[in-house]
Amino acid sequence: MTWLRLLAPAVVALLFLACWEAAVRLYAIPPYILPGPVLIAQTLVRDWGTLSGSLLVTLQITLMALAAAAGLGLLLAILFAQSRILALSLFPFAVILQVTPIVAIAPLIIIWANDVTLSLLICAWIVAFFPILSNTTLGLNSADPNLVDLFRLYRASRWQTLWRLRLPSALPYFLAGLRISGGLSLIGAIVAEFVAGTGGSASGLAWRIMESGYQLQIPRMFAALALISATGIAIFMALTLLSHLLLRHWHESATGGH
Amino acid sequence: MSLVALRGVAKRYATGTLALEGVSLDIARGDFVALLGPSGCGKSTLLRLLAGLADPTAGSLSWQGTARPEIGFVFQEPTLMPWATALRNVALPLELAGLRRRDAEARAADWMARVGLAGFEHSYPRALSGGMRMRVSIARALVTRPPLLLMDEPFAALDEITRFRLNDDLLRLWEAERFTAVFVTHSVFESVFLARRILVMAPRPGRIVAALDITAPSPRDGAFRTSGEYAAQCRTVSQALADAMAEAA
Repeated sequence: MTWLRLLAPAVVALLFLACWEAAVRLYAIPPYILPGPVLIAQTLVRDWGTLSGSLLVTLQITLMALAAAAGLGLLLAILFAQSRILALSLFPFAVILQVTPIVAIAPLIIIWANDVTLSLLICAWIVAFFPILSNTTLGLNSADPNLVDLFRLYRASRWQTLWRLRLPSALPYFLAGLRISGGLSLIGAIVAEFVAGTGGSASGLAWRIMESGYQLQIPRMFAALALISATGIAIFMALTLLSHLLLRHWHESATGGH
Repeated sequence: MSLVALRGVAKRYATGTLALEGVSLDIARGDFVALLGPSGCGKSTLLRLLAGLADPTAGSLSWQGTARPEIGFVFQEPTLMPWATALRNVALPLELAGLRRRDAEARAADWMARVGLAGFEHSYPRALSGGMRMRVSIARALVTRPPLLLMDEPFAALDEITRFRLNDDLLRLWEAERFTAVFVTHSVFESVFLARRILVMAPRPGRIVAALDITAPSPRDGAFRTSGEYAAQCRTVSQALADAMAEAA
C-alpha cells in the first residue's frame, strides 16, 4: 500500500513528462512557446546560481510568514478561547482580512511598510494566518465536555485547563490549519512579490518569472515555476510528517483509523 | 452518621425541563447506594448535583463537616485524555492538586496495579480495550483516595462478561477502601449485586419513589450472582421499579 502510494503518482508524472517531451519534439514547438522538460531541466542546472538565490529569498519569506502565522494565530486563538467578548469583537475583522484579496491590498502594504522584505512578509502572513486562527479556535472549544467537567471537579486552574486539556485537544486542528497555511504562505509570498516587482540581487522566484517573461526566456520561467511547485510540495510533506509524528499515538488521522 | 443530606432538592434546567423535584435523602458514610431508574428520571442530574457540577434550583445539600469532600467521578464513557498514556491519565488528579510528576506517577502506578492493569502504564487509551479503559478511569477516580465515589452508568457500554468482572473488582476495592459509593444504573441485576441500598427513581419529574435495603452476604462474589437469594432480591426490586413506572405513567 505504501509502495503504491509512491509508485502510482510517480508513474503518472513520468508518463506525463514523456508525452510532453515527445509532443514538443514531434511537432517541433519552439522553446519560447513551450519548452520540453529536458530543456527546462538543463536550464535549471545552468541557471542554478541565480535561481537558487531567488529560491532562498522566497523560501525565507514563506517560512517566516508561516512561523508568524502559526505563532500569532495560536496566540490569538488562545485569547479568543479565554474571553468570549474578545472573540466576538475581533473575529469579524479576522474574517475581513481573510476575504479581502491580497492583490488588492498589497500595494498599500508596500507603501506603508516602506521595506520590501517586511511588506512581503506581512502580505504572506495575512494570507496564511486565518486557517490557523479559525482551526485552533475550533479545536480549543472542542475539548471533551466530560473532561472539562473532570477538570472542574478537581478545581483545576484556568491555566491548568488550558495547558493540559484545551491545547492538546486543539493540536490536531492546529496541525490541519498549519498544513493549509504552509501552502498559503508560499502563495502569499509569490503574489506579494509579483505586486512589489522588486529587482536587484535579493529577488525571489516570482521576480525571476516576470524577468524571464520580459526577456522571452521561457525555459527559465518554467524552471522557476518548477522550483515553486517543488517548494510547495516539500512544505506540505514536511508538515504532514510533523503532524504524523505528533499525533501517531492517539489521533485517528495519524493512526490509520483502526 | 450521614455524609450528605438532601432536603427538597429540585433542579429545573434553563430549557424549563424539571429534571428533579422534592428529592430528600441521606447517604450514610461508607454506604454503597445505587440510583436505579429508566432514562430521563434525573439519575445523572442528581449525581451532578452531588458532585457540585450543577447547583439545585431549590432545596439544599448539607455535607457533614459543612464542606463537600474530595470526590472521585466515573463517567459513562472512560473519558480519558487520548494524548496521554494510561499512567499519565491516572496521575492527572494528583498533578492538578500540585503533586510533583514523579510522586504522582508513583502513586498512579500503584493504582494501575490495584485495578489489574500492571504492565499497561505506558499504553495509550486507544490501544486498550473498553473494559481496560474503564479500569483506568476507575483508578483515576480513586487515586486521590476520595471519601466519595460517584459513578454514572460506568459499565453500561461493556459486554456482560466484562461488566461482571468489573462489578466484582469494584466491590473488592470498595471493601478494601470503604469509600462511600453512589452508583447510577438502569440495570436491576447490577444494582442488587453491588448496592447495600437502592433508591428507585421515576421520571417526569425525576424523583425518588422507593428505598430498598439489600440484605445480602458480604463479600459478594460469583456464587451470590447465581443464588436464590439474589434472584429473590432482584424480583423485589423489579417489582418496585414496575410499580414506580406504573405510577408515573
